[in-house]
Amino acid sequence: MQRMKRVYAKPKAMTEVPFPYCPGCSHGTIHRLVAEVIDELEIADRAIGITSAGCSVRNWRQFDCDMVMALHGRGPAVATGLKRAQPDAVIFTYQGDGDMAAIGTAEIVHAASRCERITVIYVNNGVFGATGGQQAPTTLIGQPTTSYPAGRDPRTSGYPLKMAEMLSTVSPESYIARASVHNVKNIIKAKKAIRKAFLVQIKDSGFGLAEILAACPTNWRMDPVGCMDKIKSDVIAYYPLGEFSSQMKLNPEESLEQSEGENRDRPGTL
Amino acid sequence: MNKAKGKIEIDPARCKGCRLCIWACPQQIIKTVDEADRRGIQIAYCPEDALCTACGFCYMICPDAAIAVYKKETAKDFSE
Repeated sequence: MQRMKRVYAKPKAMTEVPFPYCPGCSHGTIHRLVAEVIDELEIADRAIGITSAGCSVRNWRQFDCDMVMALHGRGPAVATGLKRAQPDAVIFTYQGDGDMAAIGTAEIVHAASRCERITVIYVNNGVFGATGGQQAPTTLIGQPTTSYPAGRDPRTSGYPLKMAEMLSTVSPESYIARASVHNVKNIIKAKKAIRKAFLVQIKDSGFGLAEILAACPTNWRMDPVGCMDKIKSDVIAYYPLGEFSSQMKLNPEESLEQSEGENRDRPGTL
Repeated sequence: MNKAKGKIEIDPARCKGCRLCIWACPQQIIKTVDEADRRGIQIAYCPEDALCTACGFCYMICPDAAIAVYKKETAKDFSE
């Protein structure tokens, strides 16, 4: 009998409760990446997450850390209050595009312009998933939704909001990046983006936001593998991947390399 | 002698049968069971551990964190 060593397994910062999402939904992947980063940075005892309205509304059942539920779109405002009351805590919000780019646009813009020391995980799947797949501000041009079956028309609905680019112009002290989870290579890059978004807060050097392009197989009316191909071909063409806020890039990068060596032997670590 | 470099374990309670692991696996060794379980889901399983290289692609792509990956211990692991 050969001995086997466990190299990848469910992170400790995630509970045993199975995800409530549809098969193939990218929320689960992003939950796991956030939990892995919490494990690697060893912040589970001082992390406070803020859930949003949307499909991820009940993700306090999945994360094994303190969680607070905010009103629809008001995650950054609640995070601001928590961070100012408890400066040692690590505050992150987990928001979808219906929460952050639609009803919560005011809160996120002002939190970014104040360069609050919070981390925002922004999941962009282009539809209002929880309410049945209506058109969101981030829906692509021509993409059919249940509220606009003929596809998004920019004459009546405007153009999709590019939140990462928009917020990087108002937030001088920040780390703002966009990543995707459509294949393994990009999942690794997304984890690095989430990690840096946490590190920029922990190092007290600025506001951190990781926008993750996600798939919604149910409301895109596609199978999960087809969704991954659609992200690769259509979604990235409109939402380019990369890091948009350059001012604070250097400091977290240095600490990233230092901390990576220490955690290399732990399960789920790259 | 079993030459497998690794093996995977899929948690049947978490797997939702989305088939992303089947698509991502470079060795193409993950399959779904023929009969659906009581949730109506054909869960994934790995019948041929001999070809598994413990690359972790299935773990990375899995949206439900249902997969654990094990790698054969090498002489370096024993010396540590």
